[in-house]
This record gives sequence, C-alpha cells and structure tokens, in this order.
Amino acid sequence: MNPTSTAGSQLGQPNATAILFFLLFVGVTLAITYWAARKTKTTSEFFAAGGGVSALQNGFALAGDYMSAASFLGIAGLVALSGFDGLIYSVGWLVGWPVVTFLIAEPLRNLGKYTFADVVAYRLKQTPVRLSAALGTLTVVSFYLIAQMVGAGNLIHLLFGLSYEVAVVIVGVVMILYVLFGGMIATTWVQIVKAVLLLAGASALAGAVLYRFGFSPVALFKEASQQYGAQVLAPGTLVSNPLETVSLGLALMFGTAGLPHILMRFYTVPDAKAARSSVFYATGLIGYFYLVTFILGFGAAVLVGRQAITGVDKGGNMAAPMLAEVVGGTGFLGFISAVAFATILAVVAGLTLSGAAALSHDLWSSVVRKGQAPEHEQLKVARLASLFLGVLAVVLGVVFKGQNVAFMVGLAFAIAASANFPALLLSMAWRRFTTQGAVASMLTGSFSAVLLIFLSPTVQIDLLKNTTALFPLKNPGIITMPLAFFVGIAVSLLFPEKESSERFAEVKHRMHVGAGKAAAAPVTPVPSVSPGAAPRPTATKA
Amino acid sequence: MSEPSRNDALEALASSRWRVAAALTVATLVAYFGFILLVAFNKPLMGQQLIPGLSVGIVLGALVIVTAWALTGIYMLWANGRYDRALNPLRR
Repeated sequence: MNPTSTAGSQLGQPNATAILFFLLFVGVTLAITYWAARKTKTTSEFFAAGGGVSALQNGFALAGDYMSAASFLGIAGLVALSGFDGLIYSVGWLVGWPVVTFLIAEPLRNLGKYTFADVVAYRLKQTPVRLSAALGTLTVVSFYLIAQMVGAGNLIHLLFGLSYEVAVVIVGVVMILYVLFGGMIATTWVQIVKAVLLLAGASALAGAVLYRFGFSPVALFKEASQQYGAQVLAPGTLVSNPLETVSLGLALMFGTAGLPHILMRFYTVPDAKAARSSVFYATGLIGYFYLVTFILGFGAAVLVGRQAITGVDKGGNMAAPMLAEVVGGTGFLGFISAVAFATILAVVAGLTLSGAAALSHDLWSSVVRKGQAPEHEQLKVARLASLFLGVLAVVLGVVFKGQNVAFMVGLAFAIAASANFPALLLSMAWRRFTTQGAVASMLTGSFSAVLLIFLSPTVQIDLLKNTTALFPLKNPGIITMPLAFFVGIAVSLLFPEKESSERFAEVKHRMHVGAGKAAAAPVTPVPSVSPGAAPRPTATKA
Repeated sequence: MSEPSRNDALEALASSRWRVAAALTVATLVAYFGFILLVAFNKPLMGQQLIPGLSVGIVLGALVIVTAWALTGIYMLWANGRYDRALNPLRR
C-alpha cells in the first residue's frame, strides 16, 4: 500500500507522531464541536455563528477557509520544481482579497443574512433569483469539493499510507460531525485552529530552513540558482500565452469575491466595520503564508533536491513534507502531515456548510416554503442538507478517484467570477438591475463557464485525449465574466422592473447604514440585527 | 436633521465610498496585471539579478503581495475612520 520507497524516508509510512498529532487535532476539534453544538439552537447560530465572531477571529477563519492543502503543498512543490513561476500563482491567489474588501464585504454584511443570494434577491423576485443563485453556489461548491476530496484522498495516501477510499471516508465523516452538530460556530473554530497550526507549521519550517542560510532568503535563492541555474529566479514556462494568464488572473481576482463559503463568513461578524477589518487580517495572513511557502519551495529544491521530490510524486506535492523530514526529522514530518490533513478537513467543512445554506435557506426556506418555515424546521432542513452534502462529497471523492481534477478549482473560480460576482455587484451598485437581468446574468455565467471549460484544451486534450480543442483558453474568465455583466445589463434594460428600481433607495440606505432603520431582510426577518442592540449571545470566547 | 438633507448626506457618502472602492480596485488591477504583463513580455528584465540571488521578478512579486495588503489597509483605515464618523449621525 505504501507509495513511497525513498531510502530512509518515513513518508507514506504510518508514522507515530503524525497519527498522534492528527488524533490530537481531531480530538480537540470534536470537543469544540460538542461545545458548539450546545450553543447551536437557531439557524442564525447554525449558519452565521449568531453574528458573534470578532474581526480578528474571522480574519483567521477566512484565511483558514482559503489556505487549502493544495496551496500549501502544491505551491511549495511548484516552486521547488520550477522556482520563480510558483510566485506567479501565489500573487494570483492573493489579489482577489483586496477586491473582496473594497467591493463586497461590507455591503454584503449589511444587506444579507446567510447567503449571497440574500443580497441579489433583496429587491428582486425571490423565487427565480434564489433558484439561479443556488445553482451558481452549488456548482461552485461541488467542483471545489470534488477537487478537495480527490486531493485529500491522494495526499493522505501519500502522507500516511492509508488507502485512498479510507482517507476519503475519514475526511467525510469527521467533516460531517463538525458541520452537522456544530454548524458555523464549530466550523469557524476548526478554521481558526487549522489556520494557526498551518501558519505556525509553515513558519517553523521556513525558520528551520533559513537557519541554515544565516536567516537570509537571498542566500537561499542564490544557493538554488547555483544548483539549478539562474533560470530558477526568472519566469519560466508557466506564462507562455499572455491572454491565457490574463484570463486566469481575472477568474482568480473576481472569483474570490464570488466564492460562497468565503462570502458566507461575512455574516458571522457583528457589523460592517468588523467585516472590513476581518478581510484586512485575512489578506495579511494569506499573503504572509504565500511568501513563506515560496521560501519552503526553494528550501526543498536546495535541501531535498528535485530528483528526490519527483521520485515520490511527479507533481512535487510532497516537497514540503520531505523538507520537514530533512530539517526536523520524523517528528516534524508527522506534525506537517497532520497539519496538511487538518487543512483539508477544515476547507471541506466550510464548503459543505455554504452548500447547505444554499439548499436549505435559498431553496427550501425561500423558494419552497416562501419564508413561512418555522425556525425548528429550517434548522432541521439545514442539518439534513449538511448530511446530504457530506455524503455526496464522499461519494464524489470515490467516483473521481484517479481523475485529474486539478482544473476543477480553476473551474470553480471561473464560475464564481462569472455566475456570482457580476450579479452580486450589479445588485448592489446599479439601480436599474432587474429580476430577469439577474437570472439571465447568473445562468449565462454558470453555463458559459462550464461549456467553455468543457471545450477547452484541459478537458478536450488532457482528459478526452482529442487532438484539438474548440476553445483555445484553459480558463474562460476573460470571455464569461464580461459576458455575464453584458447579459445582466442588456436584459435589465430590455425588461425594466419598476419595483426593483423603486426599492433601490432602501437597498442603498441599508447597504451603508446597516439593518437598523430600513425594513428587515425580505425573507424571515430577524429582529436581532439592529446595530445598536447589545452584543448577540454567541461564541466569542473559547 | 430633516429627511431630505439626511438623504443627501447619505447619497454623498455612498458615492464617496464607491469612488474610493473603485480607485483602490483599479490600483490593485494595475499592480497585478502590470506584474503579469511584465512576466509575459519582459522575461529578461524579470530574471535580472539585483544582487546575486535576488531577481527583479522576486522583488516585484513580493511587492505585489505587500501592496495588495497595504491597499486593504488603506481602505480599512479610511472606512473605519472618516467614513464611519460621517456615517454615524445618519444611523439611528
């Protein structure tokens, strides 16, 4: 069962420290879940932690949601194997965050309740808008989940030597426990614990590497360029087609502002001020993490060696764990492996919760029950939806075993940037936006992104082994995002909606002032969101 | 304060927020796509080493990351300070 046989390496062996750290993490997070479950009695607590998360806590949780095992292991591997090019990725993954801060965070916090559809549907007709928004959310969440689950199976197989299926089931079961019982309160704390562990682990590893180079990253880069040539410090083959890169860049930049599990986190803080501060903390933490990962990649190239890294995994994913073993022995390897596992768990929990919100809040409570469902029923449906999505994630993880799913994260970002972001921005900024415009924009964004990815070289040539692809770009963002904006604007102008533009003043007021004076949320009003109210009872302290 | 003047004040604040947000978004776009286009079209420059081991590309890449963070910081300071202070009297 063990995939690795590098002489002397404990990688892929059931490693006592790894298992110990992993059990410790699962034990602590399940204890948090038990504590959170007792505090989770309403949908507001289940989906938004009762709005009682502080800005700093949410900053860590946002970073936890975003820093996946793929970015930790994948970028370190990419840097180890191709040097500078990994930095292009890191920069791309980070630049979406300022956009989230400037355009999305606080209007979203002020206008919505649990999902981004709350904001889009605010002054529009509930049913059609919720249906299309839920479609966008569930497509993004599904592709992102498949990528994470398949990645989880492979990584845990490599790290611990467990079989792929066992790994996927373990991830699924633990994640379901968090979400089902602890809701957003547990998920938030799992993200915080994971973010702290990941940042501490990566920092310690980088510290151990830099210690050998007199704490000078430049000395490390110099050593790498002496071993592998000066080209490791210069752009390589990653950017060969500028149009392709710009298209990917657009998807990354605006896709972050359309990721349902990220958007959902802004409802967990008490007000707009905390929302914007939390993105500032998150951006700092994520940026720092990417810079550290860059150092880890060079460290692995110099101290482990490219040949040894590709000997274990062609994609270079094991660069960081192997580096940990070289600088800190089996114990450190175990710690880093457990951190990678924890990282996967936390990310899939956040995704599942946001999918469950779309299913229960957007589809069940708003569309099926027209806002008439009593609280206990909403909570029950929310839990059923979490269980369903958790099981689905495990099934999809097993079904997609052995498939190349790396493109699915890019796809999720492309759909988020095309289906969710344009409708969200237009609903907040443009008076004449209409129900038909929103529906047309979201559906166009979803379908055009999926279709163009299906016709792209990634699917046609890499997966289906055809010789040509109808659509030349791997990422369709440069076409689909402007298209979704165009369709949304054109359809709104063609079919004006009087009520929508009349209610824009109300949207504007609430978007800036908060929920105090204007009417409460359109569906199932919450009385407890007036800004002057006392701090809501929730989980702010562990 | 009478209703119309409250509305005017809010209107002015709202447009100032969108202006600041749009300007900072454009700044982020310029920093990021400037970096990407340099990577795409001027590889020799990006590979040039300022001191042995430190290439222009690495410095600029790290700078984009720091700039992105700094821009969110500028927004936060502006919004938590001036913007919120102006907004407070409009809250009830």
